[in-house]
Amino acid sequence: MPTDDKKRAAYRALEDRILNGEGRASPEQRAGAFSNAGLPPPLDGLVSKVATRPTQVTDADFAAARAAGSSEDELFELVICAAVGQSGRLYDAGLAALADAVADEEAG
Amino acid sequence: MRLDVLNRGYGPGTKLLFALIRLFSRHPVPDAAKLVFYRPEYYGSWAKEFTQEAMRGPSAWSVGDRELMAVFVSQANESAFCIGAHSATAEQAYQDGPKVAAVLAGLESAPVDEGLRATLGMLGKLTREGRVSAEDMRHVLSAGVARQQVEDALAVCTAFNTTNRLADAFGFEVLSSDDFQAGAKYLLKRGYR
Repeated sequence: MPTDDKKRAAYRALEDRILNGEGRASPEQRAGAFSNAGLPPPLDGLVSKVATRPTQVTDADFAAARAAGSSEDELFELVICAAVGQSGRLYDAGLAALADAVADEEAG
Repeated sequence: MRLDVLNRGYGPGTKLLFALIRLFSRHPVPDAAKLVFYRPEYYGSWAKEFTQEAMRGPSAWSVGDRELMAVFVSQANESAFCIGAHSATAEQAYQDGPKVAAVLAGLESAPVDEGLRATLGMLGKLTREGRVSAEDMRHVLSAGVARQQVEDALAVCTAFNTTNRLADAFGFEVLSSDDFQAGAKYLLKRGYR
C-alpha cells in the first residue's frame, strides 16, 4: 500500500479539474486532447505534437487551429490537457512497474 | 508566447503584480510564472499545488536531488527553458554547480550516489521511451532506494513532463543566465506556490 498518497492525490485533482471542471473547450474535446485520440484535424496534429514531440510545435500549428475555429482559451485548455494526459500515462506506467517489482520481491 | 492571452490576457491586479516583480527584482517575470497566473482556477492553482507537493513536500530526497531530477527529465525532453531554470535551481540547492554539470554531461561517471544515479537513469528512460519495466524498478530498489522514494521521484518526473511540454508548446522565452539564477533563488526561498 502506498504510504504517501498526497502527491498522487494532488495530481489526480489536477487531472479531474482540467477534464471535468468548467472550461471553454467541450469536455469531449478536452478528453480527446488528454488521451491524444479522436480529435479532428488540425487539432489532432497540435495535440499529438504536445504529447509526443513538444519541441516541434510551431506557430503554424496554432495558426491552423485558430483558422479552423478554435479560440485562444480553447487552445490553452487543450494544450494543457495534452501535456497532463501524456505525463499521467508515464506516471501510471512508472507506478505499475514499481508495483510489479515490489510484488515480485514479496512473492520471492 | 504563442497564445496572445498568455502575453496580455491578465486582469489589472495581476498586471500590477507583474510590474512590481519587474521593478523590485529587476528581472523579467518568467513565462512559467505567467502561465500559472492565467485563469488559475483552470490550471495554475492545481498545478502549483501538485508541483509544490512533488518538489517541496515531505520526501527522503533532498530539495537539491529533486531539482536535479527536474533538470534531468527536462534534458531528456530537450526543454531549453526548464533546463536553464532548474540547472540554476539544482546548482544553488546543492551549492555545487560542477556536480549538476557532470550529471548532465554523463550520468554514469557523475559524482552522485548509486541510488540517485539509478533513479535518474530510470526517470530518463521513462521520459524518453514512455515505459519502464519491473526489472528497471528492481535495479533502482536494489541500489538502496526505498519504494516511497521511487514514488516521490515519479511525482517529480510527472510534474516536469507536464511543464516541459507546456514550455515548448506555448513557447516560453529562454532567459539569460542571470535571470535564471534570480528565478532559482526565488524557487528555493518560496517554493512553487
